[in-house]
Amino acid sequence: MKTKNNKAWFFVLPVLILVGISAIIPLMTVVNYSLQDTFGNNEFYWVGTEWFQEVLHSERFHNALQRSLLFSGLVLLIEIPLGIAIALAMPRKGIGVSVCLVLMALPLLIPWNVVGTIWQVFARVDIGLLGHGLSSFGIDYNYTQDIIDAWLTLLLMDVWHWTSLVVLLCYSGLVSIPEVYYQAARIDGASRWAVFRYIQIPKIKRVLLIAVLLRFMDSFMIYTEPFVVTGGGPGNATTFLSIDLVQMALGQFDLGPAAAMSLVYFLIILLVCWVFYTVMINYDQQQAGNEVGKGSR
Amino acid sequence: MKSDNKLGKRIVLSTYIGFLMLPIYWLLNMSFKTNQEILSTFSLWPQDFTFDNYLTIFTDPSWYNGYINSLTYVLMNTVIAISVSLPAAYAFSRYRFLGDKHLFFWLLTNRMAPPAVFVLPFFQLYSAFGLIDTHIAVALAHCLFNVPLAVWILEGSMSAIPKEIDETAYIDGYSFPRFFIKIFSPMIASGIGVAAFFCFMFSWVELLIARTLTVTDAKPISAVMTRTVSASGLDWGVLAAAGILTIIPGALVIYFVRHHIAKGFALGRV
Repeated sequence: MKTKNNKAWFFVLPVLILVGISAIIPLMTVVNYSLQDTFGNNEFYWVGTEWFQEVLHSERFHNALQRSLLFSGLVLLIEIPLGIAIALAMPRKGIGVSVCLVLMALPLLIPWNVVGTIWQVFARVDIGLLGHGLSSFGIDYNYTQDIIDAWLTLLLMDVWHWTSLVVLLCYSGLVSIPEVYYQAARIDGASRWAVFRYIQIPKIKRVLLIAVLLRFMDSFMIYTEPFVVTGGGPGNATTFLSIDLVQMALGQFDLGPAAAMSLVYFLIILLVCWVFYTVMINYDQQQAGNEVGKGSR
Repeated sequence: MKSDNKLGKRIVLSTYIGFLMLPIYWLLNMSFKTNQEILSTFSLWPQDFTFDNYLTIFTDPSWYNGYINSLTYVLMNTVIAISVSLPAAYAFSRYRFLGDKHLFFWLLTNRMAPPAVFVLPFFQLYSAFGLIDTHIAVALAHCLFNVPLAVWILEGSMSAIPKEIDETAYIDGYSFPRFFIKIFSPMIASGIGVAAFFCFMFSWVELLIARTLTVTDAKPISAVMTRTVSASGLDWGVLAAAGILTIIPGALVIYFVRHHIAKGFALGRV
């Protein structure tokens, strides 16, 4: 049981100051911009919720939002099952474990624009292995022109880049399952599927939840990689929310609408994460409850 | 039956790892080719093997300074993030205090903030303090998403240590700082390692904020890549070599923490 002690605030203070300065001041700046209009010279005019109304009703925002949601959805649908499958196939001990971990973690530590560069080069029809290979098989592939090809390239890149994170998380959950559980399953003659469904899935539920959360957040915020590979094209086909946002804020300098859009964008992410967080806390309490229940018996 | 199963697993694993390595191999392959060869012939390995691309990088200060800049702010960020997160994580794992749950969630929301949202305000904030184009500006800005993560991981590994350890140490007459450094820190060493690994990783791979806050003196290598490449008319060979060199620090870090990754993930609650 934790002790109640408000002096603990002193321990939290450094973090609070550090994160507070780099989070609250910029956030307030964004809020400021979203409610005002400017004609240069540092003169600002109060416009109320005008920018928000404009953004929420604009076709451009709706389209970018749809693209981002579709991308995140597809990413989760592919990476989570694939990650679980590969984690299950990993060896449990021996030299193979280290080799697998090091090789798999490699894409995670490549700077994001280098990831973009790697795939841009890899998928090019003239000098890339993938592009050249596909066209020599007679497949009409060109990610700079064809919308479907561009999407497939970006999805493949994201799978390449991030599936390992799901694998690592699931693997850490799997190795923490005590051997006794498997022995018990063997004695009961449980099928492979039953072991997976009733032992492995419940035990890795927590890390799986975290994997889904992290993958959702990061794919929803993705900027650098698609920017390098497709630059948002062909046309606007891969202009996700963050690309659109940076274009609006730094390219066209439309600060008001960009700020309003930022806040809406942030609120969407916050809402989804709050739901996840609540589910996770409830799950923890349920687990704790179960354990207390066992103890009293 | 059993061996079939094992063979299947092997095939799944090696296909996946092959898929991961293929694009990296292609980049490595290109980095040893001359530009002419890259554009004119298609070959699975370099026909005209050359180190010129790497030489360009190691002799041109605007290239190799990029690596030094990146490593400087990444290391600064890791040190700052871990040292402020340790006491905070201890407070979250050991005490209940006014608003603790809200504070924890607020911290996590910062990990969820899209960098695109913060780019412009960050630029204005750091210009106001005259910190643009310094390493410390990038290190501090990256704390926004690294500190919450570090607190989260450290809190998990600290909660795995029974509270009785603390109490026994106090009874034995240890003061808090001495207890924390001498007894507690070694016990959560792998948690600290994993937290440092993640701070390093997320700071090393981030580009948008790092690029916005720097002009020349502290420009990260990944930003140097985008600029120089477009200026010199797409020098594919040098681009590939620079890309390969950005993979190396990450590979080294993974190699050092390889025993802790799996354990740390399970132990910390990430």
